[in-house]
Amino acid sequence: MKAAIGKGLRVFGHFWWDFLIGDTPELAVATLLLVGLAFAVDHNRLAGAVLLPLMAAVFLLLSTVRGRRRASGD
Amino acid sequence: MHTSSTLVLVLAVFGASAVEMIEALTIVVAAGVSRGWRSALEGAAAAALVLGVLVAVVGVPLIRYVPISALRTVVGALLLVLGLSWLRKAILRASGHKDLHDEDRIYAETVASLSSPDAEALEGGSKDRDSVGFVVAFKGVFLEGTEVVLIVISLGASQHRLGLAALVAGVAALLVGAVGVLVSRQLSEVPENTIKTAVGIMLTSFGVFWVGEGAGVHWPGDDVALPVLVAFFALITVAYTALMRTKLSAAASSR
Repeated sequence: MKAAIGKGLRVFGHFWWDFLIGDTPELAVATLLLVGLAFAVDHNRLAGAVLLPLMAAVFLLLSTVRGRRRASGD
Repeated sequence: MHTSSTLVLVLAVFGASAVEMIEALTIVVAAGVSRGWRSALEGAAAAALVLGVLVAVVGVPLIRYVPISALRTVVGALLLVLGLSWLRKAILRASGHKDLHDEDRIYAETVASLSSPDAEALEGGSKDRDSVGFVVAFKGVFLEGTEVVLIVISLGASQHRLGLAALVAGVAALLVGAVGVLVSRQLSEVPENTIKTAVGIMLTSFGVFWVGEGAGVHWPGDDVALPVLVAFFALITVAYTALMRTKLSAAASSR
């Protein structure tokens, strides 16, 4: 019973690790930074509406460049 | 909730469910052809049932007991992680830095492994039923469907439209399944990367929107900001794909 629960927990943890971190830990960090940024600029209409999508686009570019480098073995 | 966000929800869930079910269909067809259709279809139906139960068991309490602002922040963060990673992969595939998802290859590999002597030796169950075919089809649908369940729960719970999201996902899965049965093969001609790109754009837009809403950011025009975000990330995706293509040709010409 204990072993089955342990295995279940490992599978569950492995799924979430793969889902949230996987081979793109930078995107998990980027998401945390974006959440922090959202709380930092809350109620500021312009800052939130401009900064959040802009920063998400910057993080996407950085991660894509990292992916390209990994794919080409640079 | 405005029509614009409902429309984006429907499109995002439909696209996500369709694209994941195309991948699952490849495995179910391979299991059906190699091990018998009855077991493969039963495996697929059992997985779909478990996924539906998951949506109800996890999604309904989320809507009832979790404060909406906390739910939207967490859901927004989940959608952002998922959306950004789908977009990143789609950009790398579209620009030639990563191989396209090859359904034909996956189909051939699955059929080969299920027809191997080792797999034949594992045959179990009654004359009409084959446990290997059941398990392979079940796993294929369940694993591909897990991401769809997350998207359905996230988008459905944050907008209090869980029923609609689940219905749309189910319709998309049934449509893909019906087309697959009609043509009796995997759907390798479907522009999977294009659908995945569109869904990635919508998930990222929803992610940014809900993270902002959950934190108290007031979007200009409220829900009208959502289609604007979708247009912004669509432009960004086109620009990044073009940029990555130039990097690939630059690398090729320097060799």
